[in-house]
Amino acid sequence: MSQEIPLWEVFIRSKNGLEHRHCGSLHAEDAEMAMNNARDVYTRRNEGVSIWVVESKNITASSPDDSGELFEPASDKVYRHPTFYELPEELKHM
Amino acid sequence: MSEAEIKSLEAQFDAKIARDEKIEPKDWMPEKYRKTHIRQISQHAHSEIVGMLPEGNWITRAPSLRRKVALLAKVQDEAGHGLYLYSACETLGVTREQLYEDLHSGKAKYSSIFNYPTMTWADMGAIGWLVDGAAIINQVPLCSTSFGPYARAMVRVCKEESFHQRQGYEIMLSLCNGSEEQKEMAQDALNRWWWPSLMMLGPTDAASTHTEQSMKWKLKRKTNDELRQQFIDQTVPQAELLGLTIPDPDLKWNDEKGSYDFGEIDWDEFWQVVKGHGPMNKKRLDDRRNAWENGAWVREAATAYAAKQKTQTAQAI
Repeated sequence: MSQEIPLWEVFIRSKNGLEHRHCGSLHAEDAEMAMNNARDVYTRRNEGVSIWVVESKNITASSPDDSGELFEPASDKVYRHPTFYELPEELKHM
Repeated sequence: MSEAEIKSLEAQFDAKIARDEKIEPKDWMPEKYRKTHIRQISQHAHSEIVGMLPEGNWITRAPSLRRKVALLAKVQDEAGHGLYLYSACETLGVTREQLYEDLHSGKAKYSSIFNYPTMTWADMGAIGWLVDGAAIINQVPLCSTSFGPYARAMVRVCKEESFHQRQGYEIMLSLCNGSEEQKEMAQDALNRWWWPSLMMLGPTDAASTHTEQSMKWKLKRKTNDELRQQFIDQTVPQAELLGLTIPDPDLKWNDEKGSYDFGEIDWDEFWQVVKGHGPMNKKRLDDRRNAWENGAWVREAATAYAAKQKTQTAQAI
């Protein structure tokens, strides 16, 4: 028996009003065990009010090699930023 | 990939680190960077895991419930730190099983300091104060190291580490304010842990083979000798406050350089311990292997249970 125990990614919401944030990973056989381990490993000092665990193999990630074509279309659309628009200086706040 | 292409990728990579950008697991990295990181992060993880053993030795014999819960929490933190670091290391494409195997076979190293015995309760104080103190000095600069997952794990570790040192110092303080015998016990622990703590910060810069490359990768932000000097300068006043004497007759404040001069470190002893001939090397590894082997049934039971749950769910649908 030398099959690796599945890998899980752990996300923690530190308090209500904030998003869940990735904080690390761990190994567990099933979701319940992953949840228990996540509590012990990542929230020993009240670091969270909510935990998500997701088996790592279920995450589809973009590849850094594709970053160019993936994100390039956004970078030439400067008109999406407020600074693109030229307004008179008298207009103080907009 | 051609050699020229690799050269150009390497140049881009070095420039990225020079700009203080982080490297993430899926980014291109030189093979040597990957290997060095696997070696250092896993050594660090192993040190946390093996580091539980000398202190675990005293949990059942802690002198009060207060001391016991604190020590238990500290040892539990070390397990946690080991797990953060193993998970950071695995992002580089090595499996957890491989990492354990390398520890158990003796191929991987861990901090030499854990190969010394913990003979009295005062050792719990000295370890928290000195060993965790030295570890903090080593770890704080790593919070801004170039490899993202390692840096993030270190931020978490450093946040938790200061409780470790404070609980150790408090143990020393109680002993030093106690009976004559208790104070002697504290002095004896300092005598035994002082030099190994200095060695723990690594060989001298002149003898350290990895320093230059590691500085470039920001895997190291200060040299071993700089870290050691910092540790000594910060610890001497703490010993004075306890009324204890640092076991180094050559230790003397140097006004000119604004730091302490100190005596010769016995590097032969350091290399003996690193090579496996310390007083506790064999026992530590035996304990780790036994824990792994005797815990096999737990892992097997968890696997079997998960498989059974899966079949039952499948049948219910």
